Amino acid sequence: MKREIKKTRKKRLDRGIKARSDTIYVIASLRDIFYLIMPRFLPVLILILIPLFLGSYHKKVLIHACIYGLLALSWDFLASCGLFSLGQALFFGFGAYVSGTLNHYFHIPPSFTIPIATLGGGALCALLLAPVVRLRGVYFAMITLILPILLIKMIDTTGIFGGTHGISSLSAFPHEYIDTYLAIVSFLFILFLFRRVLNSDYGLVLMAIKDDDRAVMSGGINIYWRKIQAIFIAGSLGCFAGALITHHYQFLGISTFALDYSILPIAAVALGGQGTFAGAALGSMILVPLSESLRALGGLRIAIYCLILILSIISLPEGIFHFLSRKYHQFETIEEV
Amino acid sequence: MPKEHTDIILQVEKLGKSFGGVVAVEEVSFELKKGEFMGIIGPNGSGKTTLVNLITGFVRPDSGKVIFKERDITGYRPYRIVQLGISRTFQMVRLFYNLPAYKNLIIPLCSSRVKRFVGGHFGERDDIAIDILDDFGFERDSFVPYKMAGTLPHGYLKRLDLAKAMALRPEVLILDELFSGMSMSEVASTLPLIEKFHEEGLSIIMIEHRLKELFSVVDKVLVLNFGRKIAEGSPDEVSKMKEVREAYVGIDVEIEI
Repeated sequence: MKREIKKTRKKRLDRGIKARSDTIYVIASLRDIFYLIMPRFLPVLILILIPLFLGSYHKKVLIHACIYGLLALSWDFLASCGLFSLGQALFFGFGAYVSGTLNHYFHIPPSFTIPIATLGGGALCALLLAPVVRLRGVYFAMITLILPILLIKMIDTTGIFGGTHGISSLSAFPHEYIDTYLAIVSFLFILFLFRRVLNSDYGLVLMAIKDDDRAVMSGGINIYWRKIQAIFIAGSLGCFAGALITHHYQFLGISTFALDYSILPIAAVALGGQGTFAGAALGSMILVPLSESLRALGGLRIAIYCLILILSIISLPEGIFHFLSRKYHQFETIEEV
Repeated sequence: MPKEHTDIILQVEKLGKSFGGVVAVEEVSFELKKGEFMGIIGPNGSGKTTLVNLITGFVRPDSGKVIFKERDITGYRPYRIVQLGISRTFQMVRLFYNLPAYKNLIIPLCSSRVKRFVGGHFGERDDIAIDILDDFGFERDSFVPYKMAGTLPHGYLKRLDLAKAMALRPEVLILDELFSGMSMSEVASTLPLIEKFHEEGLSIIMIEHRLKELFSVVDKVLVLNFGRKIAEGSPDEVSKMKEVREAYVGIDVEIEI
């Protein structure tokens, strides 16, 4: 007797909520509205409410997650216009040093040093990297990798700005909730702002530069000026994160130029998924708490951390966010063949 | 005397470029008058595309000058030259395949050259892009302008590249083998468009291997061989020249056009 082998397969169907383009939605019911709003609204709500239930140690972890999240967003923004940077620490350190020195030597309060560090630091980064925007791919990455190391050595040998000891007892924020909420709100604001920018015509040009810069040039667009603008935006963001953490710890040192601040954001983007910003945000929200919770393991921490990273990148090379959004936007049923 | 001078919109003087030991373009000179339609022909590897790249700034010339509207633009960056008013299309179309067709026009519409014609508010560039594409055979009410560029047939891609160049409202249009890979019917529908631009006063340089179509529309033909200009003149004159026939066929026979 012939035995029939039952075969099943997954059937995937898109939810029919998009019409003709990515920006036009068809909303037919309250359910559809919730379907659209929830993935945006829920994370915001959770992040806003969660500090109220956390102790001061966990609050610090949350701030760190937001800081790395900002750096990851900044990396993702540069990557979306074809500039692969290995030097988010450069932006971070610039912000820290601008705000720290202004506060220490000129006694300017944090409410002024942070905006100055954000814009001024961004301008400094853009000025410093402007001569190398013609470089592409790995050459640009090399320059951005080397610059923070160069600056560490300069501060180390000349002893300016406190040298290797750094500068301590900077002004703190008046209340501990202020640093927490400053980090969270700016992180969420930048996340949604960047997503909007990338959907605008400005973002379209930036992404087109990544695809084919000569075609963009033949469209009469000064690609080098656009890239400098992108560096300014990403640089300002990194500088803001640096300035925030300086005043949070009330300490300024060469550790702000450390390689951690360059590599961890890239790891977060690799884990979360590139090109959507939401992936970068999600990745950093997973990675930082994970690395903190492994702290109890001592020396093995880095090894296990790396193992988790490698496994997740092999199993989900597109990134967690892309995977989740695909699952969310599709009905999946198992049916017999 | 000055009137005669302003008549010339693009002037190329003894332009030369060699890649390593290979001379790609050698001392090529020509003048393009305002509103003139010039064709460039020549066998494969005769330096036609390199000449276009030299004029549009994608390749820097070793020697010689390019003068556009009495302004020396030699060695300018490509975007600068486009902003001044020289647009080009590519032999191998350079488009953004993962974007809808009409979104490809957003990039030239973001250029500072057309800023005055394009409003800034949300979605206005999209409307203008769809308006422009409508003239190039992408009917606005069909789904063609909204399809991903990568899924369109080759003829549409070529026309999209042409639309991209025309969206910049150029004064000189350079077409690098626009008709290569197009079917006869696609050529027949595209040729009237170019003739219309010519009638509206646009100066056009056209590189083409389809001599029949080319000779039917151009005012003047430039013939290149091994990077050198071997002939220049009206289509009738050029097709009778001995050197041209030898360059094309190898022997002196009548070229049928």
